[in-house]
Amino acid sequence: MSIAETSLKPYSREWLLSDRPTSRRQARFGRAYIVWRRFAENRLALMGLVIILGLIFVAAFAGVLAPHDPVVGDLRNSRLLPLGSPGYLLGTDDQGRDILSRLLYGSRLTLLVVVLVAIIAAPIGLIVGTVSGYAGGWIDAVLMRITDIFLAFPKLVLALALVAALGPGIENAILAIAVTSWPPYARIARAETMTFRNSEFIAAVKLMGASPFRIVLRHVMPLCISSLIVRVTLDMAGIILTAAGLGFLGLGAQPPLPEWGAMIASGRRFILDQWWVAAMPGFAILIVSLGFNLLGDGLRDALDPKEAGQ
Amino acid sequence: MTLPETSVATRRNRRRASSFATSVLRFAVTVVTTIFGLLVVTFFIGRVIPIDPVLAIVGDRAPAHLYERTRIELGLNLPIYQQFFIYAKQALSGHFGTSVLTSNPVLEDIRRVFPATMELATIGTLIGSIVGVPLGVLAAVRRGSIADQIVRVIGLIGYSVPIFWLGLLSLVLFYAQLRWVAFPGRVDIVYEYSFTPQTGFYLLDAAMQGQWEVMWDLFRHIALPGGLLGYFSLAYISRMTRSFMLNELSQEYVVAARAKGLSETRIIWFHALRNAAVPLVTVIALSYANLLEGSVLTETIFSWPGLGLYITNSLQNADMNAVLGGTLVIGAVFVGINIFSDLLYRTLDPRTRSR
Repeated sequence: MSIAETSLKPYSREWLLSDRPTSRRQARFGRAYIVWRRFAENRLALMGLVIILGLIFVAAFAGVLAPHDPVVGDLRNSRLLPLGSPGYLLGTDDQGRDILSRLLYGSRLTLLVVVLVAIIAAPIGLIVGTVSGYAGGWIDAVLMRITDIFLAFPKLVLALALVAALGPGIENAILAIAVTSWPPYARIARAETMTFRNSEFIAAVKLMGASPFRIVLRHVMPLCISSLIVRVTLDMAGIILTAAGLGFLGLGAQPPLPEWGAMIASGRRFILDQWWVAAMPGFAILIVSLGFNLLGDGLRDALDPKEAGQ
Repeated sequence: MTLPETSVATRRNRRRASSFATSVLRFAVTVVTTIFGLLVVTFFIGRVIPIDPVLAIVGDRAPAHLYERTRIELGLNLPIYQQFFIYAKQALSGHFGTSVLTSNPVLEDIRRVFPATMELATIGTLIGSIVGVPLGVLAAVRRGSIADQIVRVIGLIGYSVPIFWLGLLSLVLFYAQLRWVAFPGRVDIVYEYSFTPQTGFYLLDAAMQGQWEVMWDLFRHIALPGGLLGYFSLAYISRMTRSFMLNELSQEYVVAARAKGLSETRIIWFHALRNAAVPLVTVIALSYANLLEGSVLTETIFSWPGLGLYITNSLQNADMNAVLGGTLVIGAVFVGINIFSDLLYRTLDPRTRSR
């Protein structure tokens, strides 16, 4: 190791790109930096990131940004105002509520659905997949059969039937979407686990006396996370579309919650004359799910250059 | 030690036969467990409804003995596994119960509405394949060009747009503003009595009966929902085609074909696409299955009297028999399409056979 390597200024470009990291921290930051550089080269991916950061910002500050109340409208003076009316940039709906304010508040519901589904579905998939891949044998066979059964089900229809049984509402919609979205994650985690279950570092940990539980939790799962994150990000768009679809059918968030899918449904009645009532929430859904798709594509290309451009 | 020729051949044949038997067996196990799983899931969905099915029938003022009798009649006093066996037996023989909404047996309803959904999904898949495959090939051949970017954006929007919203907006534009297409529905009310469909696939029926005026009307009805589903299928198919073609074009046989002096057109359309076609078949089959599902929202927008509209209508009326029956049928069709595409893949790709 040369002196020049160790005396690099921490967090400088050279320090990050050094191929002889002197500490674990440097190696970790260095890897992250390389991934980030690859990601940042992709302009569309950056755009996706900006959209998602924007969504988080809007959701956090909806209370400050929204010019009007999202639930109570001015029924007397402001029913179905067109786009660009003074004070109502995106017009108002049939109850005199400002569409822009409702969209801003609705971003919270969208974020809630996406985050909760990810928090519920990803760990289930991760546990089922890693256990199945590491254990092998009949455990693998049983778990994969169950996964296949859920994969065989059409997602939207299963979610519909579940919500119909549990009763409409945003919590049940989230639950139904989560139940239908974990199988692909289990498949991915299993495939990843299979590739390194016989590798030497696992054998080494095993020799050191680690229990299977510890191996799966501390050594197998962390290695599956990056491919799982990519897949979850790519799925977010689909989750948003399913949630909006459920909302549109009246099975998701209930009025007066400003859920975007439900807003499209309520605007449907005036679609011929006041098209903006239904059109605006759709644009919001389109932009956000486009953001997640772009971000997911970019992440995949950055984390897994093998598949880039395919 | 050298074995006689014949012995080697019989051995190989025997091995082949046994591997064939194993794969058939594995196949059968997959199908049976998946169908079993479908039944378990729909059974439990039917059990978690917060509505008491007995109260729904007798009303909440019924005396205790009547309540108890109905409970026994419905088999709800039995242990849960016995209830499941009864449910499975009935479902497998096609008894999904009676629809509360239409008061017909659910299976009869589904049989009536399913051709409409199939017709829609078929048109969608046709559009998706006929347009999507060439677009994907173009994007792969001109990788990185403007054409590639455009195909990518078309695909990305297809993946990101809510189908019901696009449906509503296209109705405003093409029906209300431009008057290019007909009012939502499947056929104009004028023809409802003069046109008697036989197979349930109206386009086919009209063509066979030579009713060209009806045909034109049917076309004006299916254009928008079919086109929309076609767009979604196109987004998926073109993306996959591009990826398969990129893979094929980087293979050595393409270099060899170029060295031999074959024209680029021939290499792309006859050699590379032919090899890419094998995985593409699977993709197209999957996209067909996806459209069957995607039809749920599309049919609601366009009042298309298919399975999707049937399920959503039943949902609004808490008609669980119909919802679960519809779910089961779509699930079974899904499984069927998966098996079909798997078999087709095996037939088309000789490499999967010898292994």
